[in-house]
Amino acid sequence: MIKIGIDVGGTNTDAVLLDEADKVIEAIKTHTTKDIQSGINTAVAKILKKSNVDPNDIKQAMLGTTQCTNAIVERKDLARVGVLRLGFPATQSVEPYTEWPDDITRKLSGKFAIVSGGYEFNGETIADLNFQEIKKILLSWKNKIDSVAIIGVFSAINNKQENEVTQLVREVLGPEIPISVSSKIGSLGLITRENATILNSSLYNVIHRVCEGFKGALAEQKVTNASIFICQNDGTLMSTDYAEKYPILTIGSGPTNSIRGASYLVKKKDALVLDIGGTTSDIGVLSNGFPRESSIAETVGGVKTNFRMPDILSVGLGGGSIVRKKSDGTVTVGPDSVGYEIEEKAIVFGGDIITATDIAVKLGMVKIGDSSLTKKINLSLAKKAFETIKGILSEALDKMKTSSQQTNLILVGGGAIIAPLVIEGISQIFKDRYGSVANAIGATIAQISGESEKIYQYDLIPREKALNESKNEATNQAIGAGASKNGIRTVEIEEIPLAYAPNDTVRVKVKVVGQIKG
Amino acid sequence: MKYLSIENIKNISIGAAMLGAGGGGNPFIGELMAINATRKYGKAKLISVDEIDSEALVVPISVMGAPSVQLEKFPSGKEFIKAFNLLESHLHQKIKATFPIEAGGVNSMIPIMVAAKTGIPLIDADSMGRALPELQMSTFTLYGHTATPMSVVDEKGNGALLETIDNYWTERIARSIAVKMGATATVASYPLHAKDLSKAGILGVVSLCEKIGEIVSNINNFLTVKDALNHLLELTKGFCFMEAKIVDINHETKAGFNFGTVKLEGFESSKGEKGEVDFQNENIVFKLNDFVAITAPDIITFLDVESLNPVTNEELKYGKRVFVIGIPCSDKWRTKDGIKLVGPRYFHYDIDYQPVEKRFKEFK
Repeated sequence: MIKIGIDVGGTNTDAVLLDEADKVIEAIKTHTTKDIQSGINTAVAKILKKSNVDPNDIKQAMLGTTQCTNAIVERKDLARVGVLRLGFPATQSVEPYTEWPDDITRKLSGKFAIVSGGYEFNGETIADLNFQEIKKILLSWKNKIDSVAIIGVFSAINNKQENEVTQLVREVLGPEIPISVSSKIGSLGLITRENATILNSSLYNVIHRVCEGFKGALAEQKVTNASIFICQNDGTLMSTDYAEKYPILTIGSGPTNSIRGASYLVKKKDALVLDIGGTTSDIGVLSNGFPRESSIAETVGGVKTNFRMPDILSVGLGGGSIVRKKSDGTVTVGPDSVGYEIEEKAIVFGGDIITATDIAVKLGMVKIGDSSLTKKINLSLAKKAFETIKGILSEALDKMKTSSQQTNLILVGGGAIIAPLVIEGISQIFKDRYGSVANAIGATIAQISGESEKIYQYDLIPREKALNESKNEATNQAIGAGASKNGIRTVEIEEIPLAYAPNDTVRVKVKVVGQIKG
Repeated sequence: MKYLSIENIKNISIGAAMLGAGGGGNPFIGELMAINATRKYGKAKLISVDEIDSEALVVPISVMGAPSVQLEKFPSGKEFIKAFNLLESHLHQKIKATFPIEAGGVNSMIPIMVAAKTGIPLIDADSMGRALPELQMSTFTLYGHTATPMSVVDEKGNGALLETIDNYWTERIARSIAVKMGATATVASYPLHAKDLSKAGILGVVSLCEKIGEIVSNINNFLTVKDALNHLLELTKGFCFMEAKIVDINHETKAGFNFGTVKLEGFESSKGEKGEVDFQNENIVFKLNDFVAITAPDIITFLDVESLNPVTNEELKYGKRVFVIGIPCSDKWRTKDGIKLVGPRYFHYDIDYQPVEKRFKEFK
């Protein structure tokens, strides 16, 4: 069995082939194209040709993509969403779309209603649904919206009302209308969950094109025996059917794949991961084989959400970063970069701008381009620039560490050549020859996950029962996303007590992972 | 007198979170409530206490309950109508103005929302000068004012009017009502005449919050973050005790409160130093190298080292870099009765209260 993994980034589309034992057979890089299908098509054709692999032997195909993120950021191809919040009379003090950027609200039509419904933290009803009320609103939205987002207060505790309204929407607006329900998308925090649900609802067209494009490109290259998966931001996979329902889960999958790929390549489960590109260095934390998640609310295209995003620190230092000497004698590196023009502008390629890469060549750390051209660069300047690079990296790495103890570091990315061999606070640096395609490798080795997040009162439901229930729910979700029933294991249990709430009220979060159903 | 713009509201929210000493509820949802009301009904009018008739009835409006529940089920925004009506019909007087009970993420914003909606003015004062966890912890208690008659209402239209024998009982009874109402309720308490507020309240808190927020929002106008920090310290008469990285946090819930300890490790100017903050919703005790450095009621607050944004205890995470700041509390708290009500011993610490400025001098 062979697996193919593809990562469509802003600049490059990378592809890798892995064998049954997840060993790399081949890896290639191509340029990303405007329409996703032709870019993937080129990448798949190129890697099949180079490796001589029979397309029929490819049994799994994974795609990591930033298309959904880009659609939100650029406000392109977004659907018009009707937002139904079930919570009246509660929650009227902050209406849906509050503090969204105007341009995206307009794109989505800005239509919303806060209707009777919702639950208390203990599962009691705030108000019953009024089906006539909802029906009237839906009829008034007919032909003015493309999809519906349903958000119920405390639906993490009870999603009955959300499900009932889903049925009603299908009856009124037809069985085909895309519907996003909040209990499937996020946890506590009504506004951030609502925002994520609305964005999810706006993306159904974009994700459909991605999935169809991926399937189309694979078919064109005669890869017809493969099950097809899309990468999520938590480092796991979902089936294309699942992705079409939850496109929002693809947001942030790029950095996650890079961290997971790095982990896989050097066989480390706990380390810092430094991905040096052309313009920036991204630092993530690998903890028990998965990226550490950011704890603050993430903003996507100006909208505050509750996505499970990896905690990433970006600094403006990369292979193309420009080196400058300041009047006081100090030397700066970045944050600006020659970017993709490095092969024209850098000294070693005959250009006239000193970049971080030129410094690495001058100091004999690597051979790239014509090293004799670096004679132009003053040695003391090069040494100072190197110290600056070292300083930027060690400071940034230290920010991401959780203790003062020495930590292992995995170094990946095309710009990794500029990094020093020794960095303060780092015990050992690990590299791999496939480090520059860590993204695509991360996509290919990913497993399937399921997650559950609910509130329990342990004096009503004993802790053990609550944990079991959560595990079952997470397991069912993983199976729904394409996991095999056997061998699903729990990777994370989080229990957070709620301040001021009575009776041992605890938020329980469980995450499981499993293998792809063969 | 001035009208509060959206920008003013955002700044007040930052300042309130800073004086909130790590607690005071989540600033995100509170800010959205005030902004939503301002966009819909117009700007709230902020006045100083001497701009209103001294006999006028003034009432703080606030929410009590679990901050995490408020993130999911926040008010309808109309609860205050019932809350005010209950008090007004009992007292046979109209409420002429409102003000925040405390400086904190949510409770600084609720009265702005109410002022924007009703057109009654918001008075530039509160009853804590910071955030505190229990209802009786108000400077009004020190002046013999009772929290009752007090109304507790929910978004469904339920309401209760309380008459109690003292403010401790009010806290106990109101909290159980709030739990039944869905772990969060809106409260109109401590009905006062403006002249009593001018004596027993902490004046100018709303403007102070706004000035704090202004510095933080305009951090780019300063040469360095430290420069901006110095302006903040000057404004609040505060002290920076430590530049630290959070290396450990543990939480537990006991008796309806969130308890925990944050462990800190110094860096840069504080390299080699160790710190520890105990919190009980709000930060109570800060120890630097095992010595007590700040205690309640002085304000212990964490500021992000890059943005100077206050970090509430819900947002604390491993590896986060913060300045640990101590801000002197109001002199009203620095009396025998004040310390008894909100000093370290009330929170079960066997520590004598010492003003933060005195402790800071001893440290340096």
